[in-house]
Amino acid sequence: MVRIGAFLVGLFFAGWLFISFLVGAYSYVVEPPAKTVEHEFHLAPKHVSFSFEGPFGKYDQRQLQRGFQVFKEVCSACHSLKFVAFRDLEALGYNEAEVKAIAKQWAIKTPSVDPATGEPATRDPVPADHFPKPFANNVAAAAANNNAIPPDLSLMTKARHHGPTYVYSLLTGFQDQPAELLKKFPDAKTPEGLHYNPYFANLNLAMAPPLSADGQVTYGDGTNPTVDQMAQDVSAFLAWTAEPKLENRHAAGLATVIFLLIATALAYMSYQNIWADKKKAA
Amino acid sequence: MSFPWAEHYTPKHPVMQWVDEKLPLPRLVYNAIGAGYPVPRNLNYFWNFGVLAGVALVIQIVTGVIMAMHYGANDLVAFGTVEQTMRDVNAGWLMRYAHANGASFFFIVVYLHIFRGLYFGSYKAPREMVWLLGLVIFLLMMATAFMGYVLPWGQMSYWGAKVITGLFGAIPVVGEPIQTWLLGGFAPGNASLNRFFSLHFLLPFVIAGVIILHIWALHIPGSSNPTGVEVKGPQDTVPFHPYYTAKDGFGVGVFLILFAIMLFFAPNYLGHPDNYIEANPLSTPAHIVPEWYFWPFYAILRAFTVDFFFVPAKLLGVLAMFASILLLFFLPWLDTSPVRSGHYRPTFKAFFWLLMFDVLILGYCGGAPAEEPYVMISQVAAAYYFAHFLIILPLIARFEKPLPLPGSITESVLAKYAKADGETAAVPAE
Repeated sequence: MVRIGAFLVGLFFAGWLFISFLVGAYSYVVEPPAKTVEHEFHLAPKHVSFSFEGPFGKYDQRQLQRGFQVFKEVCSACHSLKFVAFRDLEALGYNEAEVKAIAKQWAIKTPSVDPATGEPATRDPVPADHFPKPFANNVAAAAANNNAIPPDLSLMTKARHHGPTYVYSLLTGFQDQPAELLKKFPDAKTPEGLHYNPYFANLNLAMAPPLSADGQVTYGDGTNPTVDQMAQDVSAFLAWTAEPKLENRHAAGLATVIFLLIATALAYMSYQNIWADKKKAA
Repeated sequence: MSFPWAEHYTPKHPVMQWVDEKLPLPRLVYNAIGAGYPVPRNLNYFWNFGVLAGVALVIQIVTGVIMAMHYGANDLVAFGTVEQTMRDVNAGWLMRYAHANGASFFFIVVYLHIFRGLYFGSYKAPREMVWLLGLVIFLLMMATAFMGYVLPWGQMSYWGAKVITGLFGAIPVVGEPIQTWLLGGFAPGNASLNRFFSLHFLLPFVIAGVIILHIWALHIPGSSNPTGVEVKGPQDTVPFHPYYTAKDGFGVGVFLILFAIMLFFAPNYLGHPDNYIEANPLSTPAHIVPEWYFWPFYAILRAFTVDFFFVPAKLLGVLAMFASILLLFFLPWLDTSPVRSGHYRPTFKAFFWLLMFDVLILGYCGGAPAEEPYVMISQVAAAYYFAHFLIILPLIARFEKPLPLPGSITESVLAKYAKADGETAAVPAE
């Protein structure tokens, strides 16, 4: 009885799937799915290597400081960094006094309440504060940015496939639309107010090229601030904001794996030892 | 509930004798996973995975309880509290990554455990109840994992919750009220998040309870073994401790090494980047995909694209997806071959490997976007999945001619070592 019922159920599901397959295959042959412009012109991130890649990778503190400078002078005008606090900057090699000064001099102020009147007010950030947001709310952010809300950057490099190289490619990938694209997809012309970038998922993004000229920031350590260099540095900085515990993780991982290798080797030997008399012929 | 030659617990120390009279808990442990439980001597490494699944559950409970101390089950703060755990809680990143990857490793070892059961026929009499309880555990795990994935309240959490609860919406007439009732609203929101957190905390302990039943049911007939030949005498078994505790100790070591490599060096490899974007009901991700361990079932769900008269394709997909798991409950009565082990069933073995390949293809299609040719491939693969269990397996059981079985476990073990020792080995004396 069970087997007859099963046979019928199996026949139904398998049969109907087969019919669905035939229907799908027929329309696939008669009307092959059209390739989209994203399929043909979207590019995988460029190859660029960072010091924090691989199982022993570490952040390059000087690069993080440079990247922080790019964030401060360029990105922070529109993008928030809400999960990072000023105190976290000590991991970049700044001392307590420097962090305090960075917080105090930050261009965007922390929302607060006037202690005398109770009216909304602002104050200078302190190290314990998270980075204040450049816009009061999403409506203000959208209104100031051609109706696109600049995303928070704290987790950006973990929120995209191949995050750090993606950010680098996006920042250096702005270009004119290829003539071939317009010939093949005349409707896909970049709309007014958007910018063509083949590394962006739908090829057109609202952000104008933020790093437009070499020397846009002046590095304190004498590094030549080319667009490529600035893009790499800020990508590294955003990798740190997304994964601040990466170095702890790599160090703990190495110790754990070494410990486990030794423990497992001992466990294997004790296993062999205990079974020695059972693993013989006769 | 054990073989007559099982060793007996005889406490020597007066304190242990005192405890044994009042509460024979050490006796219970001794008989369950100590020297008092005789186990076939020929188990291979595939028999490690039950213990490994238990280890994975313990890892999940320990890391999960600690994370719950820092988590806020409220849609306004949930995402932020998880980030705070990652950044400001001592070793919070370790707890979170261990928990997220621990879920994946739990499923890896459980899938291998099920694989073992399928190939070696562990579901057959007299162990049907062990198999059924195992499937209950599997279903509970799936529910727990799904609800856990919603808790960080990222984009995939939100849209995953929407899609999966939407499956209930496919049920005619009562579907939509059920969906609203499950979510506590018309879309995932604070009410959904709160109940998912509550249930996500509860279910692992239910799983632990069913595991106790699973082991209890296992100990009635005793463990199966790779030959599928039942234990015939004391020479066929060894005490669980120290023989299998030692072997499992080594297995746990290997498991932890692989787990540590993933957890410390590629903790986000199995996750989806979209879940690092906070939930946004106004922005739908380009591709909504569940975690990898649901991919085969997701492919079956999406394989139904044509309505069956008045039954919409979506409902068929939902029914098929549930059926693909529920049919496993009937497996002991579908495969009626008296031979358990796949080693001695040539036809079964060929179709079994085809099924494994088929499930991998389904998994691949489930993770791919819902486009051609993936849909067509998953239609063929899903058709084979149902045909395998519901049509082919009962037919094989009827017509297959199995290979000769060894006379006993000991005979097969001695033959194996004699072969390994080469021609010099003497003929087994036993």
